[in-house]
Amino acid sequence: MVYLDFEKPLADIEAKAEELRAMARKGEGAVDVEKEAAALDAKAQQMLGELYASLTPWRKTLVARHADRPHCSDYVQALFTEFTPLAGDRAFGDDHAVMAGLARFNEMPCMVIGHEKGNDTKSRIHHNFGMARPEGYRKAIRLMDMAHRFGLPVITLVDTPGAYPGKGAEERGQSEAIARCTMKCLEIGVPLVSVIIGEGGSGGAVAFATANRIAMLEHSIYSVISPEGCASILWKDAEKMRDAAEALRLTAQDLKKLDVIDRIIPEPIGGAQRDPAAAIAAVGVEIGAMLAELSGMKPADLIRDRREKFRAMGAHALAA
Amino acid sequence: MNWITNYVRPRINSLFSRREVPENLWTKCPECGTMLFHRELSDNLNVCTNCDHHLAITPRARFAALFDGGAFVEVKVPEPIADPLHFRDQKKYPDRMKAAQKSTGEKEAMLVAEGEMGRTPVIAVGQDFSFMGGSMGMYVGNAIIAAAERAVQTGKPLVLFSAAGGARMQEGILSLMQMPRTTVAVKMLKEAGIPYIVVLTHPTTGGVTASYAMLGDIQIAEPNALICFAGPRVIEQTIREKLPEGFQRAEYLLEHGMLDRVTHRKALRDELISILRMLTGQPAPTRADLPAPEPATTEA
Repeated sequence: MVYLDFEKPLADIEAKAEELRAMARKGEGAVDVEKEAAALDAKAQQMLGELYASLTPWRKTLVARHADRPHCSDYVQALFTEFTPLAGDRAFGDDHAVMAGLARFNEMPCMVIGHEKGNDTKSRIHHNFGMARPEGYRKAIRLMDMAHRFGLPVITLVDTPGAYPGKGAEERGQSEAIARCTMKCLEIGVPLVSVIIGEGGSGGAVAFATANRIAMLEHSIYSVISPEGCASILWKDAEKMRDAAEALRLTAQDLKKLDVIDRIIPEPIGGAQRDPAAAIAAVGVEIGAMLAELSGMKPADLIRDRREKFRAMGAHALAA
Repeated sequence: MNWITNYVRPRINSLFSRREVPENLWTKCPECGTMLFHRELSDNLNVCTNCDHHLAITPRARFAALFDGGAFVEVKVPEPIADPLHFRDQKKYPDRMKAAQKSTGEKEAMLVAEGEMGRTPVIAVGQDFSFMGGSMGMYVGNAIIAAAERAVQTGKPLVLFSAAGGARMQEGILSLMQMPRTTVAVKMLKEAGIPYIVVLTHPTTGGVTASYAMLGDIQIAEPNALICFAGPRVIEQTIREKLPEGFQRAEYLLEHGMLDRVTHRKALRDELISILRMLTGQPAPTRADLPAPEPATTEA
C-alpha cells in the first residue's frame, strides 16, 4: 500500500499493529498482543473513515491520482467481456494513452473508450501517463462514428491529467482533434455514458465526457485546469495548489451541485485504491443504471438530450 | 496617409524610456519597437506601419472598420449568473470583473454584431483580448449561442474573430463546459447550412482553440498570430528542448495543414466579402456593393 502524505498517522498505526503481530508470531511480547493489535486496527479503520469523510479538494486530487487506483484497463477487464481493442486513427498512428474497442457490457455489444495511465514506469511511458495526442481523439472519433452506424452504445472512462503538451501533438492539430471529438460526441445517435474514474483533466476529458449521462467516482476530480497550473497562473505560485483546488470546485460533490455531473459513485472506505474490486463493481452498477435510463430512446432524442444538457449547463450557481 | 507620415518617423524608443511617453498617444510596436502615433495606428487597423505586425484590436474598433459605413447593431447576449463559484484567488472574481469593465468600457469579453459588409448581410462575433485575456466563461458561451441562433433565424452567415488565452479559470468547471456548449452552437450552424468562418487572431489558445475556434468551415488567421492548445512555454518545460522558429504561429499552422489561409488584416474585409458571397450564392461583389470611400484627407 502506498500511503499519501496525509495518511501518515494512519500508516503509523497500521505499522504498529503489524509490528505487534510480527512479535507474536516470533513468540515474543505480552500475552494479549492480538487484542492490542485488533484495537489498533479498529483505531486505524476509524481514522481512515474520518480522513476520507472530510477530504479537502487538494487531498481528493491526490487520491484521484493515486497510483494504486484502478485504471481503465482494470475496469475493462472486470466489467466487459470479449473486449476487442481497436487501434489507430487511419492517418498517423495509434495512441496508447487511449484504449478503445468493441466489447460486451452485460452481454450487450458496445464501444468502450478510455484513458489508460499505466501502472509502472514502463507501462506509464507506453501509455504516456494517460495524456492523449491528436491520434487518440481521432481514434475515438472514428470509433464513435462506427458505434453510431452500428447502433452500439458508447461508454467512456475518463482518467487523464489532460492533453499532451508536446511539439508533435500541437503540430498535428491537438486543438482541432479535441474540438472534433467533442463535436462527434454531440452527433452520435446512440447512448453515450461517461464515468470519471480518476482525473478529469480539462479539454482532454471533455472530448470524451460530452455525454448523455456523466458519473464521477466519489474521490475523482474534474477541472478546467490542474490546481498546480491554476495556482501558478492566478497566484503566481504553484505551491498555492491547495487554495486553487479549493477555489476551482473540482470535486464530484461540488460538480453534482452545479449539475455538471449526474451521479456520484461511492468509493470503498479509504478510496478506490484500498478495494479496487469494490470500486470497479460500483462503477459497473452505475454504468448499467445510466444505460437503462437511456434505453429505448430514439437516436434523434439521444442527440437532443445531449445538446440540451450542455446548453443548459451553468443555469445555477453554488450556494454562497 | 496623414500628416504624421510625412513627419520624421519617431523611432525614439532607444532614446526615451517608455515612461516618458504618454500612454494614450503613442504605442510601441512590440515587434520592431517603432513608436506609433495613435491616429496613425488606428487608421491602419492597429497594424504597425513599419513592420506590419498585427497589434490587438478591440471588437468594436474592428467592427467599425468591417461593416459598411461602420454601422452595426449589437445582438443581445443573455446575462449569465455572476460569479457562480464564488471564486477567489488573490482577488475576488467580481472585483477582477469590475476592473476589466472599467479599463475596457465593455461589459464582457465578447461582442456580437449584425450588419452588412459590402452589402453582404452577416453576423459577426468578436472576442476582446483586452477583457481578462478574452477568456471564455459563461458569457462568451452565451454570446456564441446567441450569435448562432440569430444566424440560423436570419439565414445570415457567421464570422467569428477569436482572441483568448483560453478558459476563464474563475468560472472553473463551468468555463470548461463552454467547450461543449459552444460546439452545440457550431453544430446548429452546420445543420442549418449557415457558413461559419473563423478568423483566428493573436493569441488564440487553450480551450477556445479546442472548441469553436477550430470548427469553422473556413479557417483564416492573421499573420504571426499565436494559435495553440498548449502554449510554447508549457511545451518547452515538458519536452525540455527549444522549439523551432515560428512554432505555433499562423504561418506554421498553415504549413502543417491546420488553416486555410493567413490573411493580412487590411485584406481581410474584401476576402471575407468575397468568400461569404460565394458560399451564400450571391453574385460577385462590385464597386456598388461597397460604400463610398471616406473622403481622403488632403495633405501636402
